[in-house]
Amino acid sequence: MSIKGKAYIVGIYEHPTRLATDRTVMQLHADVAAGALADAGLTKNDIDGYFCAAGDMAGLGQLSMVDYLGLKTRHIDSTDVGGSSYLLHVGHVAEAIAAGKCSIALITLAGRPRAEGMATGTQPRAPERPMPESGFELPYAPATANMYAMAAMRHMHEFGTTSEQLAWVKVAASHHAQHNPHAMLKDVVTVEDVVGSPMIADPLHRLDCCVISDGGGAIIMTTPEIAKSLKRPRVKVIGAGEAPKHQMGGKVDLTYSGGRWSGPLAFAEGGVKPSDIKYASIYDSFTITVLMQLEDLGFCEKGQGGRFVSDGNLISGVGKLPFNTDGGGLCNNHPSNRGGLTKVLEAVRQLRGEAHPAVQVKNCDLALAHGTGGSLGTRHAGATVIMERE
Amino acid sequence: MAQAQQQQRKIAAPPVNPETQHFWDAAAQGKLLYKKCAACGEPHFYPRPHCPFCFSDKVEWQEASGRGTIYTYSVMRRAPVPYAIAYVALAEGPTMMTNIVDCDLDSIKIGQPVKLVFKPSDGGPPVPMFTPA
Repeated sequence: MSIKGKAYIVGIYEHPTRLATDRTVMQLHADVAAGALADAGLTKNDIDGYFCAAGDMAGLGQLSMVDYLGLKTRHIDSTDVGGSSYLLHVGHVAEAIAAGKCSIALITLAGRPRAEGMATGTQPRAPERPMPESGFELPYAPATANMYAMAAMRHMHEFGTTSEQLAWVKVAASHHAQHNPHAMLKDVVTVEDVVGSPMIADPLHRLDCCVISDGGGAIIMTTPEIAKSLKRPRVKVIGAGEAPKHQMGGKVDLTYSGGRWSGPLAFAEGGVKPSDIKYASIYDSFTITVLMQLEDLGFCEKGQGGRFVSDGNLISGVGKLPFNTDGGGLCNNHPSNRGGLTKVLEAVRQLRGEAHPAVQVKNCDLALAHGTGGSLGTRHAGATVIMERE
Repeated sequence: MAQAQQQQRKIAAPPVNPETQHFWDAAAQGKLLYKKCAACGEPHFYPRPHCPFCFSDKVEWQEASGRGTIYTYSVMRRAPVPYAIAYVALAEGPTMMTNIVDCDLDSIKIGQPVKLVFKPSDGGPPVPMFTPA
């Protein structure tokens, strides 16, 4: 069984806040749910499926959220693999709708790491309970930045990738963010700005790292029949793939991500290939994340990512592959330290023709959203979603 | 200087459990252990009671020579005390996460030969790290 064409994205919403000092996490969840319902032209009581990543709320958080929101659902899923969770959720919603387990599903993401003063990328974080690997990693102070940095360092060593090439990813994102009134960083930056910014974890500079922001977003998905009854442009999910990658028992290889496996699954299901994609949302926790995922998804050969992203190739209207036209996690928003959901949102805006006119891709009928959740340096889940305008 | 600074970083104590007690007891005696599967012959790290390749439980503790090379690394600059995290490929095969210590952090290179040292943790067993050979 395939999910191709079985489910449509009919409602999206991105919280405008980037600093939620005066709002709770659950309130943010409710705000974004209301926003996506209004966008779809549906009401809360229409929802019969709810997807909320376990890590977005403490304890049995999803149950508390079902209670708090006042939902009556017949299908729930709290799959959590970090920032790419919401890309997996889109695939899982499509599976559930295809199997008749729900007909109108809500996905929410919310968090407020900035208001809480979290040093997301540079502070090692011990899990609440020890993980199998904890004894063999925690003493060495793995943070987020230095884990991705180790992948970047190896990529440079094997393929000759440079800091200037990585910087082009941020430059492209900043060109897009200048048109997004909600973007946390709206200033256009240059390659020199990026490589001249303070070193965080060699070889990643401050401007190689995404923002730390509060807020969230939501997605409403439904059946083909209900989608046709609504007034919004129809965005159909045609392929999805998910693939964890890890240390492989000590056969560590940091030159590729789980996208090497999730991408082909999604392309095969959708019956399309990388060169067909008009717009790509690519998870940009760090510049290296984008470069490596583009290679793994087949937009260029392995090792050629540095050349591929250079000279504005990712800038809408300039290059061959417009990416993250909302400014992405690098400039716009990385709510709750999780960038997967906003990747879907901008892809849907592009397919609807509702992106900012300055960055809207012409005739955008096929888009991809891809993410890496967890850590590129240890274990993570790659997730790919391919969507088509109908 | 970097060498003196490294020794000031408080090293978090590794959580020890029945699976790993033997590993940390050996660490206290200055030995680095890994596991090798008697069924499929594959060594692995971090050590587990079931082989992550063939899933046999015929896995045996082995002592590593303490020699290896740096697979990759990164110096965390935005920390009270800068430190180098790394993956080191052991001479016996498996690659492990570690720190590179007792050296100029700016001189570390991928491919560099390194040797085992142990550093005290904060209230736990000593932790295996590496320094240029």
